[in-house]
Amino acid sequence: MSENKQKLISVTIDGTPVAVPENTTILDAAKLLGVYIPTLCHHEDLCVAGNCRVCMVEVKGSRTLQASCATPVSDGMEIYTNSRLVRTARKHVIELLLSEHRGDCLRCYRNGNCELQALANEYRIDQGVFIDLHKEDQVDISSPAIQKDDSKCIRCQRCVRACTELQSVSALCVAHKGADMRITTFWDKALAYVVCTNCGQCVAHCPTGALTERNYVEDVWDAIYDPTKHVVVQTAPAIRVSIGEEVGLEPGQRVTKQLVTALRRLGFDSVLDTDFTADLTIIEEGNELLHRLTKAIRDKEDVALPMITSCSPGWIKYIEHEFSNHLDHLSTCKSPQQMFGPLAKTYYAEKIGVDPKDMVVVSIMPCTAKKFEAARPEMMASGLRDVDYVLTTRELGLMIRQAGIDFTKLEEGDYDSILGKSTGAGAIFGVTGGVMEAALRTAYELITGREIPFPNLDIKPVRGLKGVKEATLKIEGTLEKYKFLEGVELKVAIGHGLTNARKIMKQLESGESPYHFIEIMACPGGCIGGGGQPIPTTNEIRMKRSNAIYDEDEKMQYRKSHENPEIIGIYEDFLKEPLGHKSHELLHTTYVKREKN
Amino acid sequence: MQGSENIVRKAVREYGKGRENLLPILQMVRKEHNYLSEDQLREIATEMDLSSADVFGVATFYSFMDMQPKGKNIIRVCKTITCFMKGKDSIISALEDALGIKMGETTPDRKFSLLEANCIGWCHKGPAMLINDKVYTELTPEKAIQALDEYM
Amino acid sequence: MVMTREEKLARINAHQERVNLIFEKIDTQGLMEKVMKLENNKILEYIKESGLKGRGGAGFPTYLKWKLAADQKSDMKYVICNADEGEPGTFKDRKILEEQADKVFTGMAICAKVIGASEGYVYLRGEYNYLVPLLTTRMNAFNEEMNQLGLNFTLKLRSGSGAYICGEETALIESMEGYRGEARNKPPFPVEKGYLGKPTVINNVETLVYCTMIVMNEGGKFKTFGTEISTGSKVFSVSGDADVEGIYELELGMTIQEFVDLFGDGDTKAVQVGGASGFCVPRKKFKETIIGFEGVPTGGSMMLFNSTRSMYHILMNYMEFMQEESCGQCTPCRVGCQQLVKGIQAIKHKKRPATYLDDLVKLAKTMRVASKCGLGQSVANPFISIVENFREEIIY
Repeated sequence: MSENKQKLISVTIDGTPVAVPENTTILDAAKLLGVYIPTLCHHEDLCVAGNCRVCMVEVKGSRTLQASCATPVSDGMEIYTNSRLVRTARKHVIELLLSEHRGDCLRCYRNGNCELQALANEYRIDQGVFIDLHKEDQVDISSPAIQKDDSKCIRCQRCVRACTELQSVSALCVAHKGADMRITTFWDKALAYVVCTNCGQCVAHCPTGALTERNYVEDVWDAIYDPTKHVVVQTAPAIRVSIGEEVGLEPGQRVTKQLVTALRRLGFDSVLDTDFTADLTIIEEGNELLHRLTKAIRDKEDVALPMITSCSPGWIKYIEHEFSNHLDHLSTCKSPQQMFGPLAKTYYAEKIGVDPKDMVVVSIMPCTAKKFEAARPEMMASGLRDVDYVLTTRELGLMIRQAGIDFTKLEEGDYDSILGKSTGAGAIFGVTGGVMEAALRTAYELITGREIPFPNLDIKPVRGLKGVKEATLKIEGTLEKYKFLEGVELKVAIGHGLTNARKIMKQLESGESPYHFIEIMACPGGCIGGGGQPIPTTNEIRMKRSNAIYDEDEKMQYRKSHENPEIIGIYEDFLKEPLGHKSHELLHTTYVKREKN
Repeated sequence: MQGSENIVRKAVREYGKGRENLLPILQMVRKEHNYLSEDQLREIATEMDLSSADVFGVATFYSFMDMQPKGKNIIRVCKTITCFMKGKDSIISALEDALGIKMGETTPDRKFSLLEANCIGWCHKGPAMLINDKVYTELTPEKAIQALDEYM
Repeated sequence: MVMTREEKLARINAHQERVNLIFEKIDTQGLMEKVMKLENNKILEYIKESGLKGRGGAGFPTYLKWKLAADQKSDMKYVICNADEGEPGTFKDRKILEEQADKVFTGMAICAKVIGASEGYVYLRGEYNYLVPLLTTRMNAFNEEMNQLGLNFTLKLRSGSGAYICGEETALIESMEGYRGEARNKPPFPVEKGYLGKPTVINNVETLVYCTMIVMNEGGKFKTFGTEISTGSKVFSVSGDADVEGIYELELGMTIQEFVDLFGDGDTKAVQVGGASGFCVPRKKFKETIIGFEGVPTGGSMMLFNSTRSMYHILMNYMEFMQEESCGQCTPCRVGCQQLVKGIQAIKHKKRPATYLDDLVKLAKTMRVASKCGLGQSVANPFISIVENFREEIIY
């Protein structure tokens, strides 16, 4: 017997004996027996709170009920999950929450996907015993990305834990006490005026409708119905592996071609792909990296290294607040969404003969921060607002359901050309490590003229859900132009979730960052776990979406951004060269220093 | 330089940046003007490498961390049961009349703020009140008004 | 039994003189010299045999708390004196600290020696800030004495800022660590993971003084008082409609009737034992109710109400107190307190039928078993005991 073998604890749950490893919670032990204990404040992404008290169980010999999410099993424990005492208490707790919550279910954005509603339904709480306590609060719509309605908040603090633990943003906090206790921001300010990054992890973790995205579904319908408008839609890489969940499919279904058909059916005039501009990002950003490496290594010039990716607008706002002295490390490349916008309203508009003023660009994003990004004053490279509306995966799901489209019966469709063709490299932007992998596939080839030496081009070390991933790539056999890189060990790091970003930046701040290139995504798992993705999102679901993305990559005709024929075309036709004049005008951006607190 | 050092930096220097010193630091900063301002909270957060929301959440938890401008002297009349039984309402009325303000308000000259407090631990000698840290017990309306003289 | 005020005082004084542990003047320095030579096991044995239970109200055996902390292996351990005396109707810790700070500190030092702690904190409620100069002076002198004795133990003072919940030991730790004073999930208990994650003993002011006296008397005297279940004496804070309000050290185990005879004004209709989180004992139960762990336990708060008092107002005052002082994190306590306040108001104003009181009692029972910490759990004590005994006064 090995010494570190975990000790097993024997307990009985509702009369059935079970042995579980030490430190297992009662909740998890019950799960093993197929006993479902309802929860509300519990979320597997977050630390245990034990404050909603919905998951209480009776433990023989204990004076009080125990929160099963917060209580580890101990030897000989006799647990009852459905005794009279438990049921009465649980029902009371649900009723209390309902008395505090503005139960305007029929008019609620989360109607049908609300954990409180589900519980109320399960316990058939159809007659309120208690006095209504909810306050008619003004909904905070100061932010273009997230709206907060305190009257629907049940104080479970999942949002606060997401904001502080997962994201280290701490824009949200628990303040005041007793009857006045509430979830708020610094000095009760509106969301637009605090350090919120708009990442939407609070929204993704909110069990009710207290935190939701600002929804622009009606605006998009209006644009579609307007015969004078040419409505262009772009779809982010991560949408095609998650939209299925919004229309009743299991997580991890790859539905790219049905998605295209659905968008056409909805009435979008051009159905194009953000994956295309993801490929374009790789060309621009890859060249920018090489440019910086050349300056640093060959010319011994002072240039900011490591270079850090700039695709994730939640991350951008985070660094602007939190590490504003290090903005020069950010790649100046716009995100694929914002590269797409100006290209649509210049290059594409011209090609299809539409006046850019009559063009409406809509993006479907797994992200709430993209709504903020599109509204940034810098994002008017076309002379107009480059991206007019940003919808989350959830909002698109809503539109598809409203339009009565049965996703399972859709014929397959292909993206329109141009700005519609993409490679596997573009697809994997949607998952943590994907930008890095795509960049390395191209950069290595630019430097050496050879394919990157990984079987099937799969750069496994940069994949997976580990918080901070590192890889080293020794450069050998360079082309003449990059002779100075011969033998250099290219060090890269990948962080997802802003708490991991923070770790990476603290290291950089201390001057000890060993890397040349860093990829950071604001959300855990990258865009597949974005704040605009279907709810729920858990690690299991993140893995399924992520596997689907790699599957998409694998099946693509082209797997390297620089081989995308439309990318080659746009440089020949329009942009001329990476980092060229046109690129700078349309595809690169600047950043803003913001207050830390 | 010592004399001009701002209170937040002074407090952080005195107690240290460790999280466990947050309460003493808030207490010391609050003491200067009898309340904590938005800027002070922000500065405490920055100095201690905490988020301002976090500091706000902690400060608002404690009843004595006043977050709105207050008078130079804070009167806290105990409102809990025995002081209630022994006539805290008449004490409050007397103070309101004498100061020309209502419960919760501050006099226009910023000398006094009138607040209520939960049990201050003088139940056997109620009604009781605190003016700043000093305790006044077995109050009558007259005694309560007299107590103000010390701070005029 | 009707007595004049003088007769009552004479009896009370006689009782107090017989007990006299808390306020007895002793040579704490001399005691500590003796303690330094004592085996820790011997000290633990004294405490164990005394049967001392925590005097803050919860009544956890002090010996066990110390033993559990002593058994932990850790580079750092703490002793904390809980001087966040916030229970309405208690004020005895204030007097003990004012008059017997050295005996409190000595209790902490004895605990520190036993469990192997090198730092101690006194967490003093903000309402007692006027004690800070006195305590700081005494503390500095005490630290110097410990240093000379060769005990590696330093005391520090921390102040609260107006939060009743910080009297709950894990909320107190959160507060000391710079967080909102919200109770933690247990386990782990502070004796395993307390202040800054280290094993920590948190004792009430009075408990620590008893420890000092028990060790000084080598286990004697204290255990000669009280009953089998509630050994020893206890400091009571007497207020309300009492002839002789104040702070008194009395043997545990007397009945409420005996207590009322000594302290009441001759017209006592109810005694609230244990403050806003304690139990209301009506006149008809005075004779059968014992003050102690076998009857009504108390942190020392004894509030007497005579027949002129409205039990509705008393209950309302308690409930409003709890509604404000709940930390707000757990549903039963945060929302439950609000419902109880609004509920009895609604019944009083005929907005809800009298039978709604039964729904509220059921809710209070849920709060007792479902709340995260002692605050929410104990809201049911006053609510149910007042409603059940004074139903008419609440409704009409």
